[in-house]
Amino acid sequence: MTNWKVILSIAKTHLLTKIKQTSTAALGVTFGIGSYITLVCFMTGLNNMLDNLILNQTPHVHIYNEIEPSAKQPISLYDDLSESFNVVHSIKPKLSQKKIHNALPIIKHLEANENVYGALPQIKTQIFYIAGSIEIGGNLTGINPLDEAKFFNMADYIVEGSAKALHNTDNGILLGIGIAKKMSLKVGDRVQISPINGGIFPLKIVGFYQSGIADLDAIQSFANIKTVQRILGKAQNYITDINVKLYDIEKSIPLSKQIEKQFKLTAIDIKTANAQFETGTTIRNLITYAVSITLLIVAGFGIYNILNMLIYEKMNDIAILKATGFSGKDVQLIFMSQAMIIGFVGGVLGLLIGFGLANLIGTIPFQTEALPTVETYPINMNPYFFIIGFTFAMLSTFLAGYLPSKKAKKIDPVKIIRGQ
Amino acid sequence: MHTVLEAKHINKYFKKPVLFHVLKDINFTIKKGEFASIMGKSGCGKSTLLYILSTMDTDYEGELFLNNELITGQDRQHLSYLRNKHIGFVFQFHYLLSEFTVLENVMLPARKLAEKSAQEIEHDAMQKLKMLNIDHLAKKRALQVSGGEKQRIAIARALINNPSIIMGDEPTGNLDSYNAENVFNIFKQLSSEEGLSLLVVTHDEDFANKTDRIIQMGDGKIIT
Repeated sequence: MTNWKVILSIAKTHLLTKIKQTSTAALGVTFGIGSYITLVCFMTGLNNMLDNLILNQTPHVHIYNEIEPSAKQPISLYDDLSESFNVVHSIKPKLSQKKIHNALPIIKHLEANENVYGALPQIKTQIFYIAGSIEIGGNLTGINPLDEAKFFNMADYIVEGSAKALHNTDNGILLGIGIAKKMSLKVGDRVQISPINGGIFPLKIVGFYQSGIADLDAIQSFANIKTVQRILGKAQNYITDINVKLYDIEKSIPLSKQIEKQFKLTAIDIKTANAQFETGTTIRNLITYAVSITLLIVAGFGIYNILNMLIYEKMNDIAILKATGFSGKDVQLIFMSQAMIIGFVGGVLGLLIGFGLANLIGTIPFQTEALPTVETYPINMNPYFFIIGFTFAMLSTFLAGYLPSKKAKKIDPVKIIRGQ
Repeated sequence: MHTVLEAKHINKYFKKPVLFHVLKDINFTIKKGEFASIMGKSGCGKSTLLYILSTMDTDYEGELFLNNELITGQDRQHLSYLRNKHIGFVFQFHYLLSEFTVLENVMLPARKLAEKSAQEIEHDAMQKLKMLNIDHLAKKRALQVSGGEKQRIAIARALINNPSIIMGDEPTGNLDSYNAENVFNIFKQLSSEEGLSLLVVTHDEDFANKTDRIIQMGDGKIIT
């Protein structure tokens, strides 16, 4: 038989008459939760940004023709030698075409798959940028600019011009910012490029591309697929790469395996290609949580301390409550509810402060060469964090309140009353 | 007459620092409306006996009956309930909850019992305060009233659940003779007019002599 009304009113009176101690304890929780929210929003914001830097541009499944030696050398087909020990020296890769055979039907087939968000053809080729007598090596990728912008956020990395401009300009090129600097080119200028098999093609610069990875920006440029096919002198079905974006990144591994089996092509999934990013994210999250938990434990000890002191001060009150018919459990509940009220008030304030601070950080300017689209510090405001933070506040105050309140429960009123 | 409290063969030992037989085979009964006092020298075990009778101390041998119900061996939760409902307590030191007002202090045991509505409890509490002539203090904080008044508030609190018996551990021990007289008169009045049983441990011979019955203790035994 627990009479919550009385218990809560006693707890409230205790808390309000010791408002200084109460607010100190609550501020401990507020500080802990506030910094947890700030930290976790900021850190995961940064994490996401860093991951997106690579992962947004990376296809979930990348399909291409790998140049590699045949797994079965001709000698193994020769029956007479099948029983003997064969050694083949100096194996060369098999001469095969770079293009994906039947690329366009494959793309159609992939797009029909319900897990696939988009499948985009690309042509990758090596070229030289020609500046006077100097030739600078580089990569030219033929793309569908509008689709790339839609599926792989390409627009985020175009610092001047636009994907549309590239789409609309037949002989246009989207030049890497590094090359543009080296050759001091502006939008609207012409740049001459030369594919490996010879010839010189002037292309009009419609924009600059900046991925944030300087090495890449110093070589990479983009043009329309048709333009690249023309430069290389290839037919309309010449496609070297297919980039697939899925709705669910987790499906990338089974899909890539299936494609490899079905089409005898190489298909690399994003998990294999970017394993190190996941590791980095995990470790950064680990640090965030370690720091937050430390803060909350410190706050928990603060509450523990203050409740302990309170119980020593209230020995007489506890004795009198017990003498007038409050059971040990009632007394424990009185002190537990004090801890939980402190946790609740402190926790909610902490969430508000965390929310405010995270928003404040979100307005601080943050400009860096590497990240063309980022203007302020990135913040990841996930409601999930607020739930975790609040749960943690309640949990830590529960634990901090439990031990002192257990002591209060066990206090023998006779000893206190006789001790006077 | 109806028996309120009965002790049968109560024995109690202190185990620390050395084994000590404090109470030796205590037998007595308190009847309804009886005003009894326990007297004895310091250390003879009278307070120890009172705390056993109050159900707060459960570490004893023997049997204890409250309103003819055996309460020895009951669990603590139930003992708390019995204490709340049937026993009122008045201590030498007044033991009010200092953060609460006088009225809240008096109401607290009744709110714990929760048998009446908040309005009824408040009404009862005011009535008890009026009966003890301290209703003008109701809204004051417990810290702001004098010693004699505090003791009367404690009595009001003891009365709030209309208990079967009121126990006092030297309730006048800390009061001047005027206030002690006052407290005695209140007790006497409760006993004769309301038929309340009272059991009071005291050192004060004048006080004891005016009660219905004196239980004289010595060396852990009841002498008379």
